Amino acid sequence: MEDLLNAYDMSLIRTAAVMVIMALSLNLITGFCGQISLGHAAFMGVGAYTSVVLSINGVDFILGTLAGMALAGILGILVGLTSLRVRHDFLAITTMGIVFLFSGIVEQSSFLGDTDGLSGYPHPAYGDFAYMVMTILLAIAVMLLSIYIRRSWMGATFKSIGDDEDTARILGIDVSLYKLAAFVMGTSLAGLAGSLYAHQTTIIQAENFGFIESITVLSMVVFGGVGSIAGVTVAAIVLTLLPLWSQFIGDYKLLFYGGLLFLMMRFAPYGLAGIVVRLQRLVFRRTGDTG
Amino acid sequence: MTELALLVQGLLDGSIYALIAVGLTLVYGLLRILHVAHAALFTLGGYVGVVVTNETGSFILALVAAMIVAGIAGMIIYRLVYQPILHLPPYVALIASIGLFIAMQEGFRFYDEQGVSYVNPPVQGTLELAGQTLQLAKIVTFFVAIILIGGLGLLAAKTRTGVAWRATVTMPAMAESFGINIIQVRYINFFIGSALAAVAGVMVSLTTNLVEPTSGDVWSYKALAIIVLGGLGSMRGTLIACFALGVLEAFATTTCVPLGNIQICLGEIMNRDAIAFAFLVIVLMIRPQGLFVRA
Repeated sequence: MEDLLNAYDMSLIRTAAVMVIMALSLNLITGFCGQISLGHAAFMGVGAYTSVVLSINGVDFILGTLAGMALAGILGILVGLTSLRVRHDFLAITTMGIVFLFSGIVEQSSFLGDTDGLSGYPHPAYGDFAYMVMTILLAIAVMLLSIYIRRSWMGATFKSIGDDEDTARILGIDVSLYKLAAFVMGTSLAGLAGSLYAHQTTIIQAENFGFIESITVLSMVVFGGVGSIAGVTVAAIVLTLLPLWSQFIGDYKLLFYGGLLFLMMRFAPYGLAGIVVRLQRLVFRRTGDTG
Repeated sequence: MTELALLVQGLLDGSIYALIAVGLTLVYGLLRILHVAHAALFTLGGYVGVVVTNETGSFILALVAAMIVAGIAGMIIYRLVYQPILHLPPYVALIASIGLFIAMQEGFRFYDEQGVSYVNPPVQGTLELAGQTLQLAKIVTFFVAIILIGGLGLLAAKTRTGVAWRATVTMPAMAESFGINIIQVRYINFFIGSALAAVAGVMVSLTTNLVEPTSGDVWSYKALAIIVLGGLGSMRGTLIACFALGVLEAFATTTCVPLGNIQICLGEIMNRDAIAFAFLVIVLMIRPQGLFVRA
């Protein structure tokens, strides 16, 4: 099987797998728990920078990744704490601010490479193919985790908070605790995606984890259907690969993403999952008529 | 640099924030939408300003043209984007607006990737104040902002349109039953807000002599932070937050605080934009409803 894929194909698959992890991790926060985040890429950046700085200092890839996840998760708790104080539009702008704080601090820190970023750091010695298989397995693991969470008691609690926070509180749900839980899980998984991303490319810069990247991830969640695991996974794969396959979409990637976000919100605000549900209803109604 | 010069610099920057943030606050006050695409109208204004100045040689004409073009574009955005999705949850409009913003930004790239500059830049020159050189264009911007926003305040306070407008913001259903055409109010609202953003775009293009697709980004992200700081929808709060942020940035980027025997310089830890957002996060942690609550 190793011969069937060339290096380029493998890099496409790895990138798609990383973006699936990214999109699903945001889906935990925004989709399951209803907390909008316009700054998710910053946590990916925290994971990437932590893991790279550690690997430059001779720390093993797996340990570095775990450290990246931990640090992203800790910062996620801090942002989660703001979500306990501010809501809705206030939260959206606060999370947007996190991206600018992240890039503003990284670009002024010489040990993080200023605006030039970090490059020439050691990669894990797995080889391209094994690395690709690992990212795919991790993406599948994150999918399974998402499914497990949604089916669990915690998933139901998240949904109640997302639907109506005040009612959830009246029902005796510890809203703060569960919001923080969603932020910790989502942001540490973003840290995982960041570390995986950093070690499959040769340079990381603050601008790789900026506002536009955060919006790209958000557009995957929205395109797939906020909260839908299958929808978000498909959307992450399609939206990652399309700009790489089609020259035109690649050149005008932002026009494409932006237009897509806008058209989706305008005509199908519940995303791919919403379209599937609508089609199902159409089919069922038709069979109902004939039967 | 003396404190006075920093203060003046901060107030001048604050007036640019004010021109952008007024439109955002107007839209938020009326429709409860965070109008991210407002940034694209700032950039559009800059493009029209430069191109018309270069074609006709008249800067005043260019300024007026930029206001009209951006104003109409703002009304079209309301009609095609926001009006059909007003009944959906607020995040829908927010994400649609971000999408539109990114797409419009890329649209400018179609027109001119490198950006446009003045052939003969108008209103150049500098002024000396307390040992610091100030750009004349910034001073003109300050007065233009004061005149336009002051005029808008008068319009809202004294005219029938203004009364209808304020009534619609306060209680749309009641205003409508008193015979106010609230759709018309919304159009006027978008026209004025967008025209002001265009003025900001043109005035900033004077100081940088370059308008590129991403020109509006940082200004507008910060304008969003400002209206949140100001309490979302409170015009007074927004204006105070604009000038407060301008002054804060001027001081924070240059001032160092001694801590023990090391000097802590905020400007060396984070850049100007990060300082603005750090301020936002800190304020919201203390006052989650913003500095000023809507009356």
